Amino acid sequence: MHEMSIVLSLLEAAEEKACELSLGEVVAIHLQVGPLAGVVPECLQSAFEMASAGTRWEKCRLAIETTSLIGRCPKCCLDRAIASINQICCADCGTPIHDIVGGQELNLVALEVCDDGVPSTTG
Amino acid sequence: MASLPRLVEVRQKVLKQNDVTARALRQRFKEGGVYAVSLVSSPGSGKTAFLERVLTALGTRFRVAALVGDLATDNDARRLARSEAPVRQITTGTLCHLEADMVSAALDGWDLSQIDFLFIENVGNLVCPASYDLGENLRLVLYSVTEGEDKPLKYPTIFNTADVAIISKMDLAPAVDFDRAAALANIESVRPGMKVFELSAKTGQGMEPFLSFLTQRRQDVQLQTVAAAGD
Repeated sequence: MHEMSIVLSLLEAAEEKACELSLGEVVAIHLQVGPLAGVVPECLQSAFEMASAGTRWEKCRLAIETTSLIGRCPKCCLDRAIASINQICCADCGTPIHDIVGGQELNLVALEVCDDGVPSTTG
Repeated sequence: MASLPRLVEVRQKVLKQNDVTARALRQRFKEGGVYAVSLVSSPGSGKTAFLERVLTALGTRFRVAALVGDLATDNDARRLARSEAPVRQITTGTLCHLEADMVSAALDGWDLSQIDFLFIENVGNLVCPASYDLGENLRLVLYSVTEGEDKPLKYPTIFNTADVAIISKMDLAPAVDFDRAAALANIESVRPGMKVFELSAKTGQGMEPFLSFLTQRRQDVQLQTVAAAGD
């Protein structure tokens, strides 16, 4: 399993960005993970908990958005949902798809920040 | 009053660092005239035997070299060295896949202008290597007839990130009642249009078409490079 390697790369990237932009407390890291990214979101969460323990990221939340498998259907001439992860064809007409346009993402989308360094609280 | 959190957009790949290194490797290979081929498969599928055959066959006409990734031992590197090609072992320790910086480091001291084909044998693993670009021109996914026809359906991601599929140990196909039609249909299902070669490293069956394909691919890249340089 390589989710730990991925998380370590993620924390490096987040740290670099946070320093570059002089960000305050980062309360959440927003990720996009596609079905064909080769990682399991639940495993990313576990790895994140382990890797962030005892660091500035300890209280930070990992927010994962899972994306959809989308491909360019040569018959429909449109971007269409792909039938499934092991059936790379148009969910509509069944034509095999060679051009995948969505579903392979493993992206650091955003850092959610509290500027004044105080974590947001209710009341 | 509590401050509201705000979103700071980043929008970059998590593996950006690996991608940057892979891009640099790709450029180095191009400048050196190296055609880089990586191999992924499960442990025991015949990667090393296949690679040994390829290095020996190509070595008569081209300058070939190989990098081999394993968690431990240099057994595979020693085995491949029998082909007389320069071979280096990358021992990953506990890491279950190769990353671009490991390949880059392993090439230290090699003059890439003296290499025509570089083969990179990944750690035996059909899951993790999928995520990491190694700067290669071509990625082969190899699985043997003894592993079952539905392997591609079970590991769609690795097939999706590879360019060519090799079905190995074809000499054992009758012994395991290998369903060739099902295997080919399953590959087509997870990666429409994927090129497939069926071969046996042991008997040599099917090796020649693959080697021709490989040398043609290299030639195409060389021609493209020359044409681009002329622009």
